[in-house]
Amino acid sequence: MANLERYKQRRGLVAVDGAMALIVILLIVQIWLLSATLETFLAGHTGAVPPAAIFSGLAVLGCLALNLFVTRVDRESRKP
Amino acid sequence: MPLLRSPSKEPLWKDEFSVFTSDERYVTRRQFTQFLTLASLGMFVGNLWILVKAYFAKAPSFPSVAVAEMGEIPVRGVKLFTYPTERDHCILIRASEEEYVAYSQKCTHLSCAVYFSAKEDRLECPCHRGFFSVKDGSVLQGPPPRPLPRITLERDGARLLAVGVKGS
Repeated sequence: MANLERYKQRRGLVAVDGAMALIVILLIVQIWLLSATLETFLAGHTGAVPPAAIFSGLAVLGCLALNLFVTRVDRESRKP
Repeated sequence: MPLLRSPSKEPLWKDEFSVFTSDERYVTRRQFTQFLTLASLGMFVGNLWILVKAYFAKAPSFPSVAVAEMGEIPVRGVKLFTYPTERDHCILIRASEEEYVAYSQKCTHLSCAVYFSAKEDRLECPCHRGFFSVKDGSVLQGPPPRPLPRITLERDGARLLAVGVKGS
């Protein structure tokens, strides 16, 4: 029984670490997107601004979904 | 003494020491994930701010300024002028008998002054070997990231007028 608990916890930990890695990747992409958009905007080109905002919004939704996933996995792995 | 406070223990106000230094430094994976998500939201707000700024940005208005007389410069010759302000140096080139083009003289790489090379038929930046096309100001070679801003010209009788800037 104790082994099963430990296995569940370890599995949950791997899932949480994976989700965190994905969030970090999304965040890096967003940081790059923001700096590139700012660069083009300051250069007087506004064509890339709306798609950049849409992709950034999608990345936030992805982060929120992963956050919910982490919360759920964490709660389930702590269940007695 | 335990390293971290157990949540199942007595309420916080009953503790003799209500603040555990090690407890404060401890960040769970869940907290860290929430922090990352908040940072992601911040990036999105930044993108939205740029979008709002772009939406409400006013189109700049440029004065109409006489920069040269029609026969003033020879074919393949140049004239330097300032437009739209005294601090914005520009270069006017007579590309052919009837064709005049003008560009900002500021290189889009690191703002060195570009000059016209009649031999190579291109605008050259001497600082980092950036070359621009005379026809449209596009980058031919080198580190400049963008074309040269082009000065819009109009003819008014025998005068050549600068009336706007494209791509500034």
